Parts: sequence; structure tokens; C-alpha cells
Amino acid sequence: MATESGSGARQGIHWQTAIIRRIVVQTPRVKSFFMELSRPFAFIAGQHVDVRLTAPDGYQAQRSYSISSAPETPGPIEITVDRLDDGEVSPFFHDVAAVGDEIEVRGPFGGYFIWSAEPRDPRGHEPIVLVGGGSGVAPLMSIIRHRAALQARTPMLLIFAARTWDDLIFREELLAMAERRDGFELVIALSREAARRAGDYSRRIDREMAAEALARLPAKPSLAFVCGSNAFVEAAATSLIEAGVPSEIIRTERYGG
Amino acid sequence: MATRGFTGRPRPPGTGNRVPPGQSVTNDFPVLSATPTQHVRLDEWTFTLKVGPKPVKSWTWEEFNALPQTGFTRDIHCVTKWSKLDTAWRGVLIDDILDDADLEPPTKYTLAHCVGGYSTNVPVADLVGGKAMVALQYEGRPITPDHGGPARLVVPHLYFWKSAKWVNALQFTEQDVAGFWELRGYHMYGDPWREQRFDGD
Repeated sequence: MATESGSGARQGIHWQTAIIRRIVVQTPRVKSFFMELSRPFAFIAGQHVDVRLTAPDGYQAQRSYSISSAPETPGPIEITVDRLDDGEVSPFFHDVAAVGDEIEVRGPFGGYFIWSAEPRDPRGHEPIVLVGGGSGVAPLMSIIRHRAALQARTPMLLIFAARTWDDLIFREELLAMAERRDGFELVIALSREAARRAGDYSRRIDREMAAEALARLPAKPSLAFVCGSNAFVEAAATSLIEAGVPSEIIRTERYGG
Repeated sequence: MATRGFTGRPRPPGTGNRVPPGQSVTNDFPVLSATPTQHVRLDEWTFTLKVGPKPVKSWTWEEFNALPQTGFTRDIHCVTKWSKLDTAWRGVLIDDILDDADLEPPTKYTLAHCVGGYSTNVPVADLVGGKAMVALQYEGRPITPDHGGPARLVVPHLYFWKSAKWVNALQFTEQDVAGFWELRGYHMYGDPWREQRFDGD
């Protein structure tokens, strides 16, 4: 079932060393880091890890990053880092971190913004709507890949908002998944460019867009996951609510200021 | 272990002993919430004090605003790693709520309940003695809905998930009962100075 407890915190509390095995440039501002854990853990799609960096004088900075890879994917876990120009940790990842570097991580954490397609869960086949703004797609990608890895039949809709076509993280993979027509629907909303595909939008999310996108699902969603900046989450959650999605089934994750 | 090539931001002078381990000072006020923002109408707002399942006293918005109003300025620390210094809150101290209800704390534990279903547990000792309030104002203005307005619990010395947004009840419990995040892996107490972020920390 979509476990709401048992987040694995007990098993995950210890810091461990992870080695960066691969770095993938996703967009001009976003890179994915594939981290090989010294003590691998099981996790649920949507969970995050904490990352800790230590300066020579002992000063430490910590941040949380969602895992983007599927729980089923063997090998390193993938975290997706948006470069914040006034940030402390994300510029380190973008400008300094290199393959082979050791980074301290611990996890997995998070017991609410998670989804699991257990075949025996009656709710596992009820439609899910995901709404991601920019790098807010990171935990949603784990959910989407989890569904794909299990070949789950759960109808799933992703409304993915970004400024431009080239800001769409995981774009080719998402487009390919949508091509399969296996119950995964992708709606793209670009705020600063014209839409490129039929059914996409060139504006910010609103009630009408949410209603039209939701109509692609065979039934009303049983759960909604919304992730992005606070302003995005406010706008997206309001749009869903105005389009008839009950507030109680909407789970939100917000980052940044 | 030092991280290759990491120096970190310059540490602001004079704030070192005010920032718990693993935290960074922010000047904005980030918003975190597991659910959409709750929009609570003042004419429907109530705050209820309960002992176990039994309501002891309820206040309307008007009645609650007629209770003694106190201000305090405190540093706050969010489990998502940001700290904000010198935040100014104004509202009703838990001491004054208890006084108005003529209630001595009957147990050692409480659960705060909120519009939208959120809850969090806080020991009585961390609420009384001027340590915590139900805040109605932030920096001299009504608290905005995204920050928990019209009323939020403020327990500044614990991680800020304990400072429940949209609070509408405080319930005394016999046992220390886990709330929303505590059921989902967060620490039962949440002392930022001991980095009690997650269960087991």
C-alpha cells in the first residue's frame, strides 16, 4: 500500500559515505548526480536523502534532496540538483563536485510524499495526478519510474511546468514514456515559450488547464502530489482544488524560499 | 571528513552560537507544509482546550483576541535546515490560555490539532512558563494563511514543525502521542541543539 508510516527512518539515521559515480547535465541549471551508497538502502518513491558537506574548519552544511531514481533501479541513487545562484550547497554540486568524490548522505526520509504501486493495494490502481514545477519534478520522477519499473497499470498524469522546453528535466525520457500510451499521460506547461505538442500549454497552471488535464484520466484521482517552489505549489494546489480535487487528497512538498 | 573543495558560506559574525548544528541562516521565510494552504474564516474560527477527548473550553476569534496578548522575539529553526533569527510573534501565551480556562495542566503531554488534519505533540513543560504561544501576528501583521494564519502555535525552541499551522485545539494526553510527522519518522521531541530531526537521532 501507499505506506504512510514506516518511512525507514530507523534504518536510515546513520551518515554514510557515497561516491559520485556519474554526473548528467539535465538542463543548463540542473544536473543529476548518481551516488553509490556504501550501505545501500531500500526506499519508497518520493523519499529524500540528506546530504552533508564539511569545510576544512569543521563547518557543515546540510540539505535535503529528493531521490529521482526508481526504488527498483539497481546501483547508484540519483539526486537532481537545481543550481541556486545564491545557494551554498547547490553551487558546490554544480561547480566543484566531480566523479569519484565522496559525499556524506543519510536516509531515506519522508513518510508522506511517497507512493508505492503495490499490486495488492486496491488503491494502487486508482488514478494519480502529479504536478511538478521545475526541479519539483525530482521526487515525481521516482514515482513515475517506479510505476514504469513495475509495469503498474495505475493511470497517472503528470502536469509538468517549466519556463522553456529546454528547462524540462528528464524531457526525452518523459516524452518516450508518454508515447507508450500505457496509462501515463504527460501535459507540459511552458510559461515563457509556445507549446510544442498538441494538448500542451504556453501559460502557467490554472483551473481550466487542471480540469482539461484531469479529464485525460479515466476516473477522478485518488491522490495528488504537488512539488515545486512555494509560489508554484500554492498556484497548482489552488488550481487542482478549483478543478474539483479535494484538498484532503493533495500532498505537497515545497522547497526554497 | 572534510568534503573536497567545500568551504561554505562565510559565517556571519556573532550568529555562530545562535545557529544549531546543520542549520543555515535565511533572511526569507520559507513555507513548508504537507498539505495545501488552509484558508480559515475568522467567523468560523475557534480554539478548543481539551483534556483527553473532553473539551474544557472554547474561544471564538473575538474571545481569543480579548485574552492577554504578549509579544516575543525568538530565533526559529526548521528541520529542513534553515534558521531565521529574531522573528517577532504576538499572541496568547499558553499560560494565559490555561489561566482563562482555570486549568492546571492535568497531564505532562499535549497534542496540538489543526484545521486540515495536521497534529503534533509537545510536552507541557515546553509550552508553559512563557515558552510558547498561539500566535496571531508575525512582525506586527496578521499571520498570512501560508504561514499558518489566522493562528499558529509557536514553540520556538523546538524544530518548527512543532509550531503547528492553523492550530485549532490543544489536547492534554496521558501519554506522549505521536502527531502527523512524528508518526512518519520525525523525532518525538525535536530539539534543534541536539539535532533531533528524525526518530533515533
